[in-house]
Amino acid sequence: MTDTTQPQAVNAKGIPVLELSGVSKQFGLVRALSGVNLRLYAGEVHALMGQNGAGKSTLIKVLTGVYRADQGEMCLCGQRINAGSTLEAQHLGISTVYQEVNLCPNLSVAENIFAGRYPRRGLLGGLSIDWSRMQSEAQTLLQRLNLNIDVTQPLSSYSVAVQQMVAIARGLSISAKVLILDEPTSSLDDEEVERLYGVLRQLRDQGMAILFVTHFLDQVYAVCDRITVLRNGELVGEYPAAELGHQALIAAMVGRELVAAHSVRHVAVADAGEPEPQWLQTKALNRRGHVKSMDFGIRRGEVVGIGGLLGSGRTELARLLFGLDRSDAGQISLNGNKVRMDSPATAIKLGLGLCPEDRKAEGIIAELSVRENIALALQARQGLWPFISRAQQTAMAESYVKALGIKTADVDTPIGQLSGGNQQKAVLARWLATQPSLLILDEPTRGIDVAAKQEIMNEILALAKQGMAVLFISSEMDEVVRVSDRIVVMREHAKVGELPAGTDEHAVYAMIAGQA
Amino acid sequence: MSTARTTTTTWLQRVQSHALLWPLVTLSLILLVNASLNPGFWMLQWRDGHLYGSVIDILNRSAPLMLVSLGMTLVIATRGIDISVGAVVAISASVAALMIGGTLVINNGVATHVSRFPMPLAIVCALLVALFCGLWNGLLVAKIGLQPIIATLILMVAGRGIAQLATGGQIVTVYYAPYFYIGNGFLWGLPFALFIAAAVYLVMHLAVTRTALGLFIQAIGINPAAARLAGVRERLITVCVYAFCGLTAGVAGLIISSNVKSADGNNAGNLMELDAILAVTLGGTLLRGGRFNLAGSMVGALIIQTLTSTIYSIGVPPEINLVVKAAVVFVVMLLQSAEFRRAVHGWVMRPAVGGAA
Repeated sequence: MTDTTQPQAVNAKGIPVLELSGVSKQFGLVRALSGVNLRLYAGEVHALMGQNGAGKSTLIKVLTGVYRADQGEMCLCGQRINAGSTLEAQHLGISTVYQEVNLCPNLSVAENIFAGRYPRRGLLGGLSIDWSRMQSEAQTLLQRLNLNIDVTQPLSSYSVAVQQMVAIARGLSISAKVLILDEPTSSLDDEEVERLYGVLRQLRDQGMAILFVTHFLDQVYAVCDRITVLRNGELVGEYPAAELGHQALIAAMVGRELVAAHSVRHVAVADAGEPEPQWLQTKALNRRGHVKSMDFGIRRGEVVGIGGLLGSGRTELARLLFGLDRSDAGQISLNGNKVRMDSPATAIKLGLGLCPEDRKAEGIIAELSVRENIALALQARQGLWPFISRAQQTAMAESYVKALGIKTADVDTPIGQLSGGNQQKAVLARWLATQPSLLILDEPTRGIDVAAKQEIMNEILALAKQGMAVLFISSEMDEVVRVSDRIVVMREHAKVGELPAGTDEHAVYAMIAGQA
Repeated sequence: MSTARTTTTTWLQRVQSHALLWPLVTLSLILLVNASLNPGFWMLQWRDGHLYGSVIDILNRSAPLMLVSLGMTLVIATRGIDISVGAVVAISASVAALMIGGTLVINNGVATHVSRFPMPLAIVCALLVALFCGLWNGLLVAKIGLQPIIATLILMVAGRGIAQLATGGQIVTVYYAPYFYIGNGFLWGLPFALFIAAAVYLVMHLAVTRTALGLFIQAIGINPAAARLAGVRERLITVCVYAFCGLTAGVAGLIISSNVKSADGNNAGNLMELDAILAVTLGGTLLRGGRFNLAGSMVGALIIQTLTSTIYSIGVPPEINLVVKAAVVFVVMLLQSAEFRRAVHGWVMRPAVGGAA
């Protein structure tokens, strides 16, 4: 399993377990990778960093045999290899856990771990599956990851975090020398992330080489030994994590010092003498099992943050306000007039917009162009007629591409080909085009690199200054605290209180925990 | 970057990447085979005030399939499917035939045709019934949330029953000559049915390119949840698309019953849903929904009708003609598969590359 010739030391001088040199890859006119080197040693957690579109995903796909490199070579334990398919890469000992769990939710945990390689028994090399051995081996594997669950249950009955662990266990069971984790933490909460770190450290100490891709800088420093930074498909450098500071890492990724937009919190509303009337107001808004009797209001030009953990009802509130779900009690009023939010179409007509939490499933329409994606909501509000002509769509899309810095070959590129951050910007552009009075942003910065995150936040604040109300939902509490004029704290589907601007992150957590 | 791309795309590349290229190549191949087997294939004559010949015959016969395929294209674009169109054809044909019926009455030595109900009323009723059938499918799919294939399966089975019930299990013959014009008449020398198909195509083409309908349908087909969230009235549009598909099947039913001067609840439009799905696929619309190609479906319908006519005209024994048709369809599908073409290209080109390496 693990290579015994390698000493268990970080930054070992010996032969790297995996070494890539001069790897290049071109897609049409776009050079995704040019002459990239990467060295992975046994017993280290190595971070691969870079902005969206820096070439991280391409590099991983080359490593795992999804793409074939145009140039360069790849050596595993000093032997030159050429993985032509993901299966070959797996056999060579390279396994990958992707951002979205690529398992079958309807199969049991044990079946998922051994899918395609079920232990057999019986005649002729085994005609039947050895279920009991499969289950006990699955149990053992998961115990290595400190996970005690019933492996006969379907995978879907467990949380995403557990599913991710199962994916890692599957990777381990294919006797991996190299484990690649592509943004494994973007759907996990803090506790789950901590648990994952424990597993990573344990595997590292057992001598495995781990390549870790993430957007969260804190995580890099929490768990990684060395960092390789890519920018625009080129290698910026390889650094020991201890020697590369926070700012230096960002500078290496972005190529310049990032102008921090912290504390740009506009306090115009708070300063105004008499309080402006609420633009949107809910009274005892309720949906059984989702949101409990919620009183909530938001004024024009105000940024209201929702403080709450995953599952606290914050997404459900957004869905109720936007007419995606129906309330079973209570009411919503706009400018004092009671309204019925029965569908998103109605909500949009009334001046609302919603950037959904799950960009892929509910945000983008992958095969349509950037242009069509941006024009969609405005066109939907207008109905079938008048039609926004292709020329008008192009002009509109191009102006947003420019204003938001969306990186795309042209506006006719299918949006699915853009990187995550740029897709998110395009979804944002879709709503900005409708000039909403209230924009609800549910995790607008999830899975997005620092620079894009900053740009999106700046854009949101600028819009609030012009009078748009923003309801901001994010798991990253520091972000919520930084941008909000007011923080509504939610716990167990109900509002537990409100905090003013400038509140400390910890005060929000304290209120969530019920100590306030 | 976009300017760089337009300058580098040559005329040839534009043709190669055109969505209609492979459907048209296929059609040409089938026409070529026809012409070589039947020297008189392309012969056109002017007879009785209209054009006459095999090609005209094929065009006339393909009109119903074109119409059904057009409706089916939109349904498939929304990620759905409608396997009840054959039954709707039968219902519409039966309703029209029953309401027109018709007898020849001799008044004062002058023979005049008398229909049971006025012909326009009969046509409107038949179309309304077809529209209602489509509406039913749409409501099952969009409001109740049934899988499209199951939702339309209900009407596929029940529809034939309804048609047979209406006709009393008999073939209803029409004796009202003005009605025959729809499926047999000629306008400006060309079959009238072809004008109906062309008009429907034109209206649909305008609707999907000059209004936002095309954008909405594609958005629904690719990601219904995202489309709904962006404010597209996804359910309403889905219901309308199924209703329209029923309507096109209804028009096809009128043409067919007019063409054969009767309505057979059991056989009218039999298996037409499969031909229509095939025509849509041949035309380049993917069954998984999203991007669609109306012109492609028209060409697809022509391919299938030409193929059917060819099999009859070259005298393939009736007992094996379905097998022959299946084989040809298989080859056509391979020809249209980009992946297969790439593989063939690989087989052909590999020796040269190997020699160089």
